[in-house]
Amino acid sequence: MVDFGGWDMPVAYGSQIEEHHAVRRDAGMFDVSHMCAVDLRGAGVRPLLLRLLANDVGRLAAPGKALYSCMLRPDGGVIDDLIACYLDEKWFRLVVNAGTADKDLAWIREHAKQIGVAVVPRRDLAIIAVQGPNARAKTLPLLPDANRAAAGSLGGFFGAAFDDEWFVSRTGYTGEDGFEVALPAEAAAGFWDALRAAGVAPCGLGARDTLRLEAGMNLYGSDMDETVTPLESGLAWTVALDGNRDFIGKSALEKQRAGGPARKLTGLLLLDRGVLRSHQKVFSAAGEGEVTSGTFSPTLERSIGLVRLPAAAAGSVEVDIRGKRIPARLVNPPFVRNGKPKIEI
Amino acid sequence: MSQIPADLRYTKSHEWMRTLPDGTVEIGITDHAQQSLGDLVFVDVPEAGRQLAAGDACAVVESVKAASDVYSPMAGEVVAGNAGLASQPELINRDPYGEGWILRLRPAGGTAAESLDAAAYAAVAAGG
Repeated sequence: MVDFGGWDMPVAYGSQIEEHHAVRRDAGMFDVSHMCAVDLRGAGVRPLLLRLLANDVGRLAAPGKALYSCMLRPDGGVIDDLIACYLDEKWFRLVVNAGTADKDLAWIREHAKQIGVAVVPRRDLAIIAVQGPNARAKTLPLLPDANRAAAGSLGGFFGAAFDDEWFVSRTGYTGEDGFEVALPAEAAAGFWDALRAAGVAPCGLGARDTLRLEAGMNLYGSDMDETVTPLESGLAWTVALDGNRDFIGKSALEKQRAGGPARKLTGLLLLDRGVLRSHQKVFSAAGEGEVTSGTFSPTLERSIGLVRLPAAAAGSVEVDIRGKRIPARLVNPPFVRNGKPKIEI
Repeated sequence: MSQIPADLRYTKSHEWMRTLPDGTVEIGITDHAQQSLGDLVFVDVPEAGRQLAAGDACAVVESVKAASDVYSPMAGEVVAGNAGLASQPELINRDPYGEGWILRLRPAGGTAAESLDAAAYAAVAAGG
């Protein structure tokens, strides 16, 4: 067990690599109750999020549609990354990181009170993520009868709330299909046991990290934080700079985009034996940088990572691993999606 | 609970030693050590002929979680590294005291390194 944002969480229940393969090949589940669901309620909720989020919730037209976004400081630094789900014109649900939940809530409340939006953290809810090619099929029969049909027809990045308690979304952090299920905390253990009986493998933080890194997904606190912008974090695709919408951090990002960001975050494939780890130094022709996340990829059976480097860096680089310079290659994430390698080895 | 065979000698740094009939000593890491490291993904073993002093870092075992040095419990010359670990590092997870051996050493003689019996090592392992 390790401390993760103040929560005691298992690195693995058994073999971390077997847990990883279970998600890529069949179905695995994660207790992600540390993540904090936050309900925003009131007529001003959409205007609030248009201002608070770098991605554009104006695009969310169909009820249930969700969006990944960064929430920024005025200088463009990333306060947190989150999922925002549009439920109705007076109700959005955010899911934010555990370690940042307190500062997120303080920041959101400061802006929400001006427009009369209520900010309600849902610590009464547990969240279980079920991920993998067979995850939905194994989960659906175990949902409450009244929710099954609606959950079964959810499209990608859609969610559905049931009686303000059960909440099922077709989202995740692994690069596989699946659900994230929020449910009353007292129902969580029974649901977990039923999933286990249905052949869903319990997976720990270790597998969660190797899966998200193969999927090319950032981890807040490792790959980005308040000292960098989304444009320096491989997240330009999540920033909606077009149009007149004025969100917090926009002018800083526009300025940075005009000048060209000095740094970028990209993928790294180690070409020799060893394992990339965060904080290892990376040497490119354009200058030095640092590994922000690194691991062994069970799917590729190679070491992969994310690295922050001068924006001009490309092609071959070297990584300082335990005093030796090991050759590596810059690649565009993701490394793996839906069970399939996405880069050339 | 981890296995600690009674017929082996151990170090505080979680290596085990087995004296073979020809007088060479086989060295690996303990069941407790492999459990702590988790799934091993790379192992660097020393080449035959390398001279080691007691306490020298002589191999690297790297898991998904962390890299760790293996220290030679005694001075001597490497007779063999376990070549099978290059393609199957998981042998250490599966069979730490058998197929997962890391190196064989011909002891240089002289002062025997400090080593622990199974009961003394069990106390070390229980302490962390």
